Amino acid sequence: MPQMNMVQAVNEALRSAMRRDKRVVVLGEDVGKVGGVFRVTAGLSEEFGEERVIDTPLSENGIVGCAVGMALYGMVPVVEIQFSDFIWPAYDQIVNELAKYRYRSGGEYPAKLVIRTPVGGGIKGGHYHSQHPEAAFIHVAGLKVVCPSNPYDAKGLLLASIQDPDPVLFFEPKRVYRAAKGEVPEHDYLVPLESAKVVRPGRHVTVLAYGAMLYEALDAAAKAAEKGVEAEVLDLRTLWPVDIAAIVTSVKHTGRLVVVHEAPRTCGFGAELVSLVVERCFYHLEAPPVRVTGFDTPFPYTLEMEYMPLSHRILPALLDCAKS
Amino acid sequence: MDPMPDIPATFRSEQPARVVRVLSDDGTLDPRHDPRLSESEVLEIYRWMVTTRQLDERLVALQRQGRIGFHVGSLGEEAAIIGAAFAMRTRDWLFPCYREFGAALMRGLPLQTFVDNMFGNANDTVRGRQMPNHSTHRASGWASVSSPVGTQITQAVGFSWGAKIDGKDVASLVYFGDGATSSTDFHSGMNFAGVFKVPVVFLCRNNGWAISVPVERQTATRTFAEKGPAYGIPGVRVDGNDVFAVVSVVREAVRRGEQGLGPTLVEAITYRMGGHSTSDDPNRYRATDELKPWAERDPLERLRHYLERRVWWDDRKEQALIADIDQRFRAAVAAAEKAPPPALETLFEDVYEKPPWHLQEQRVELLRGVRAPSSHS
Ligand SMILES: Cc1ncc(C[n+]2csc(CCOP(=O)(O)OP(=O)(O)O)c2C)c(N)n1
Ligand SMILES: [Mg+2]
Repeated sequence: MPQMNMVQAVNEALRSAMRRDKRVVVLGEDVGKVGGVFRVTAGLSEEFGEERVIDTPLSENGIVGCAVGMALYGMVPVVEIQFSDFIWPAYDQIVNELAKYRYRSGGEYPAKLVIRTPVGGGIKGGHYHSQHPEAAFIHVAGLKVVCPSNPYDAKGLLLASIQDPDPVLFFEPKRVYRAAKGEVPEHDYLVPLESAKVVRPGRHVTVLAYGAMLYEALDAAAKAAEKGVEAEVLDLRTLWPVDIAAIVTSVKHTGRLVVVHEAPRTCGFGAELVSLVVERCFYHLEAPPVRVTGFDTPFPYTLEMEYMPLSHRILPALLDCAKS
Repeated sequence: MDPMPDIPATFRSEQPARVVRVLSDDGTLDPRHDPRLSESEVLEIYRWMVTTRQLDERLVALQRQGRIGFHVGSLGEEAAIIGAAFAMRTRDWLFPCYREFGAALMRGLPLQTFVDNMFGNANDTVRGRQMPNHSTHRASGWASVSSPVGTQITQAVGFSWGAKIDGKDVASLVYFGDGATSSTDFHSGMNFAGVFKVPVVFLCRNNGWAISVPVERQTATRTFAEKGPAYGIPGVRVDGNDVFAVVSVVREAVRRGEQGLGPTLVEAITYRMGGHSTSDDPNRYRATDELKPWAERDPLERLRHYLERRVWWDDRKEQALIADIDQRFRAAVAAAEKAPPPALETLFEDVYEKPPWHLQEQRVELLRGVRAPSSHS
């Protein structure tokens, strides 16, 4: 099996989906000739031509609005938003149109498309190249939200997202775009949406993480193990609808919960995860659930490593939670 | 072949407007648009253009050495950037894109402040919160740079509109690229400024590219200037590598605002001679021979040729200027590198005027906690 990084794995998934289905088109800024600023769409315009791999004018609102129209026609657009920080001009189209089309048309117009976009910090990108905006999309009825952490899942989840009948926001953790490597089958396969994965079993405390922070959670879990605390780490993979069964099973087993995410704490996805767990596992909990997250400030430039919920912040939270 | 055979001739737009050019190849000025700058004014402009280019080169080198994280330069666009800023009055306001640090320095941003921002250190007035090249300097009428393309366009309109409501004559110069004309903010900004006759100079730096996307992918119109009339705004095309022409056209635009005639769209035709930024490799999408005709129209060389013809400048002065820039830049970098990173608590300042309870709590949490590994993985 070939070794790949996330960039290559996403590229593979796009290539394969486009080969199979002529309705799949890729559109975004700089996705064509240059193959994307992160090179995720490299080589696609050579293979599929400018008609299907489309460098658009510089307007996220235009890209997503037109993609919605293409979807209504019956195409399957896979949009790239260059950085998730630049998705906001398209938010109206996403929230008021894309997410509501099926509902408001009584199922007549299921506007199916995928929006891929790099998320997260740790690349010295400051406020505008670092945000992790999942909460703003999870909150919107009608959208599915996916965030892979490794090349295998990236390919399988993207293929599943393209096949899924609903609109999917596909968040690519850019900090590990090249750092996360692994074996990726050449053939097509699906990683089903709504399936979390236990990546490290343990019995003392459950850690929920996704994207680039999964590696920080695993690092902290390894260090905690040296101190006798065995953390069970779940990679959520699909953020919404989240794999509630896997979470409940784990928390009922450990009795303790730590949630990790890069985005700010207040009304972040962690708030929802903690609520879900409290509602379902209250009598199994042995300690208050803990959130280890970005702070409620804009994402900084110089101090980004202090801002992010890296292993050095996860570890003490984990130990405290396990001992309290 | 007629490209639009089925459209009646009366529905077609006029031929693209002529490009205003003042500085001819032989180094003389066209009297019709000559802004009649004095020797000292021309020299001031020239010094800032040289300063911009010299700093650009040095900042790229610092980035390559890993001493700063990023730089987005102005190579080839100095005349458009400096000329437009020069034409504005002191009381006017400038709303930058991210490629115009030279104009900020000319307006009064101290070199040390600029360099501290490039390093994001404790002396940075925005405390290392923004990426390099994201300057802010209220004292010189310089708005705060934002990365999202186009957002400054509507804000510039609102600023001068506010002044207008207040009975003050304050024009805004807003810089943006060819790519930004595709943004919704461009449409809204032009539309509002047209309707409310706001004194704004919309300065589109048409440098041929939006990262890897050429202008043909931004618009089906032959020029950017012709978008103006659709909003009831005159659109002017100017040779953006001819600083006299830029000054002349922007001054005229300011005069129109002064007379209550509202906004002007200026398309400055220039070329991005470097990559989009230090993160970009333009060899992936454009052939180097595309640069040749533009290198021959280098804005600095054209101006220098004029200066030498007037015997206002010579090699000795050039060397002295560069030595001075070099010495001041080195000193600024040395000071910037000596400064520590911003203090941890600055993370929580300026989110609100006063930090609410939750930020006070989070500040304590951070300060009491373990320090992050300093290296980037
Ligand atoms: C809303 C938004 N989308 C995408 C980007 C990423 N991006 C940064 S600069 C740029 C191209 C801008 O081109 P142009 O407006 O011509 O300005 P230039 O860089 O050529 O000066 C793009 C796509 C962004 N900063 N903001
Ligand atoms: Mg441009």
